Amino acid sequence: MSFHRISLTINGELEQADISANMTLMDLLRDTLIFTGTKNGCAAGECGACTVLFNGEPINSCLVLAVECDGTEITTVEGLGRDSQLDPIQEAIMDAGGVQCGFCTPGILISARALLDRNPNPSVSEIKAALVGNLCRCTGYLRIIESIQEAARM
Amino acid sequence: MVVSEKEAKPVGESKPRIDAREKVSGAAIFGDDIQFGNALLHARILRSPHPHARILSIDTSKAESHPGVKAVVTGDDFPGYIGLYLLDRHIFARDRARYVGDPIAGVAATSELIAEEALELIEVEYEVLEPVIDAEYGASPDSPLIHPRLEEYQVASFILPQPESNISNYFKIRKGDTDNAWEKCTAVVERKYRIPHIQHVPIEPHVAVAQVDESGEITLWGSSQSPFAQRNLIAQALGISQSDMRVIAPYVGGGFGSKAGVSMESLAVAIATKVKGRPVKLLLTREEEFFTAFVRQGLIAYFKMGCDEKGNLLAMENKFYWDAGAYTEYGVNITRASGYSSTGPYEVPNVTTDSYCVYTNHPVGGPMRGFGMPEMHAGLEQCIDELAAAISMDQVEFRRINCLKDGDTLVTGSKMHPTGLSQCLEKTAEAIGWGHKGEPSAPNKRRGKGLALMWKAPAMPPNAGSSAWVELAEDGRVTVGIGGQDLGQGVFTVAAQMAAAALGVPFEWVKVATPLDTRYSPYEWQTVASRLTWSLGNAVVNAAKDARNQILDMAAEAWQEEPENLDILNGMVVSYKSEREMPLKDIVIYGMPKPDDQGWIGGPVIGRGKFMPDYVTGLDPETGQGERAVVHYTTGAQAVELEVDLDTGQVEILRGASAFDVGKAINPDMVLAQIEGGFVQGMSSALFEALDLKDGYVQNPSFVDYRIATSSDVPGGIQAMIVEVAQDDGPWGARGVGEHSMVPTTPAIANAIYDAVGVRLEGPPFTAEKVYLKMLEEGVVK
Repeated sequence: MSFHRISLTINGELEQADISANMTLMDLLRDTLIFTGTKNGCAAGECGACTVLFNGEPINSCLVLAVECDGTEITTVEGLGRDSQLDPIQEAIMDAGGVQCGFCTPGILISARALLDRNPNPSVSEIKAALVGNLCRCTGYLRIIESIQEAARM
Repeated sequence: MVVSEKEAKPVGESKPRIDAREKVSGAAIFGDDIQFGNALLHARILRSPHPHARILSIDTSKAESHPGVKAVVTGDDFPGYIGLYLLDRHIFARDRARYVGDPIAGVAATSELIAEEALELIEVEYEVLEPVIDAEYGASPDSPLIHPRLEEYQVASFILPQPESNISNYFKIRKGDTDNAWEKCTAVVERKYRIPHIQHVPIEPHVAVAQVDESGEITLWGSSQSPFAQRNLIAQALGISQSDMRVIAPYVGGGFGSKAGVSMESLAVAIATKVKGRPVKLLLTREEEFFTAFVRQGLIAYFKMGCDEKGNLLAMENKFYWDAGAYTEYGVNITRASGYSSTGPYEVPNVTTDSYCVYTNHPVGGPMRGFGMPEMHAGLEQCIDELAAAISMDQVEFRRINCLKDGDTLVTGSKMHPTGLSQCLEKTAEAIGWGHKGEPSAPNKRRGKGLALMWKAPAMPPNAGSSAWVELAEDGRVTVGIGGQDLGQGVFTVAAQMAAAALGVPFEWVKVATPLDTRYSPYEWQTVASRLTWSLGNAVVNAAKDARNQILDMAAEAWQEEPENLDILNGMVVSYKSEREMPLKDIVIYGMPKPDDQGWIGGPVIGRGKFMPDYVTGLDPETGQGERAVVHYTTGAQAVELEVDLDTGQVEILRGASAFDVGKAINPDMVLAQIEGGFVQGMSSALFEALDLKDGYVQNPSFVDYRIATSSDVPGGIQAMIVEVAQDDGPWGARGVGEHSMVPTTPAIANAIYDAVGVRLEGPPFTAEKVYLKMLEEGVVK
């Protein structure tokens, strides 16, 4: 097993880590750097709970090797807000009652932020398509969809 | 207890969730997020590859000498039995493996990878036995026995295992004279349904971390609906004192029943006993989650029901074979609950029900949202539609005539309490536009509407208790201690609302003491059965009233007034007589000066409260009749409009409407959120979900092969409606709704499919393929 030192920007701060070649970005975030807002729901790229922004694009961090992240910019749920000011999508999902158990919420917020960044006025079907890789078992999605529409208006 | 309207605020208001900010910021801590540092060991489990086999030998010597391995355990290390109602399993299998996934051995190592490697080094010799994979066959005398020593197991008094069989509980109803009722019926419908096993699939997998200290005291951190039940049952199984077992339960990332009682937690604890001082973590993989965590039991259900020419239900004869799997943590009580609710929410004078809980070599059946009711109603509510059609009566009218009203006689012989079921029916029918057929969106599509009713009681021991405390701080603000868990349903918020209302402080002043910790949190039986708003709610109200009385008695003495003239409003003690007032913050820790200013009265305020129903009676084992089988029933109705694609068989849900009688909505918006979320989970189970079991092996243990509803599957809208007919012993009249919202979804969809294309399937899921083949078979398409 080879080991590597990587540098990357996480939520606007430069970080370094010494990692094994087979470590995933999810494990780097959760186990080494303790960004536990990124959740492990399946470790197989199926549930979306570990979604983070990788150079602005939403990806399943369980499917990306940490070594591939050298020099990249990563945003996790902890980095959505700034200076205790929440991102509008975080406010909107609370207001719409789109949070229940909260386990899928970080991944959903990241997917929603990525959608709004590339499409500030998404339609309902565009929102549904953007969330199709984020499984939620509690809410039935409707309030989450509503909250993304609301965040787009904010 | 119904508290006056004056005291009600903020009860009845849609306050924001108190845990929402933590959850959207990533700060909320779930079980796998807790940091244990480098002392942490990782556990993996060797599982049976056979559905049914005798364990001839286990050789762990190579695994034990593998570098990095700290402990290897097997069933020989833990001879005790464990179980909630029926103690039928060991922590690790001994002598016999009963399902694919049955734990055979456990390893703790310094990394997950090393633990995995060690599993490969364990040698197990099996003698493969014939598996039982059908519940009806399993209940027959021809079947091999899965638990040959069933009659020796310890069992709760209301569970009746049948010796020399695979039947772990047999529940009967014998009411009226069913045999002679059929000839009086104008129409009789007789049907068989098969409901597949499904999985809860909470998005957070099961996780448990256990640590045993030098004195033998055990701490368990886990994703748990039942920290107190785990304390009790694991302590019993290990033969230790309950007070030497501490369970800490952080946020739960979805439960739906799968994290109730004891399942994989006991494995982590057992392994930890062999590596004293070091925490041991067991995190299920998603694959393990699908077949080693609880699954929803399968059901084979026979219904026969008849009515007279006016549509009055005269008789029902029901037979349920529950496929409980290898062991039965809750299945025995699901069998009982489906028996004592077997008529659905209807008055039926003549009833015969036989409900069997049957061991099979399938994954372990557990409780899942609805506790048997979605499975039972799936068939029952289709038969009701068919019976109405058989006498050419509108299905809503038929339900209007027969559905339970205040004072009706229930299947168990007791009387129905006040219920808003009729209102739920009317509201739902109106919302879906009952009687008006919509135009299909394309020539190759057919549109249909369907409706179903439901009822469900909290299924629990008669004396399941709750307790709570309410403590005030120097700033007059309040902390509420509860032992019930927030799984997303919102009980922390509701507990804070009720405490604020009963004490007389603003909602924003109340915090809930979390995470739950059996060392500090007050006792709660379990977070199951949709019982918390009602049971825990009563305990919280009692605790808040106790604190309130302490404060008012103190102020009365200090002010030399009568407590009856005093009140607490918005955090202020006020006198209606003298018009004096005093902020809580000035008096709830330090007390108040005596009237003569020489000395003090009062001191730190802690209120305590509890609630335990004391009126539930047993049922006659031969007839299932009794005074009062349950605490209450929540009732409701659901309707859908859908389209079926004639070319593909695909079913698209266009919209839904649901109404439930919650007694009183403590937080109306969160009630609506439960109704919507339950609808989609019900829809998912109706259209997509089944564990594909082949000879005891689960074929589809992943999200790719086991599909659940995604954002693209949800209907355009779900109209959720609240009906409030007060529960006499509920806080402000409240009763539960968490599970109920998915109970009528499957039959409502089945009835709508029939309305659209005229076919019925033997059971869900109503996948495009199955619907298309059925349409082909019945000549609907060519």
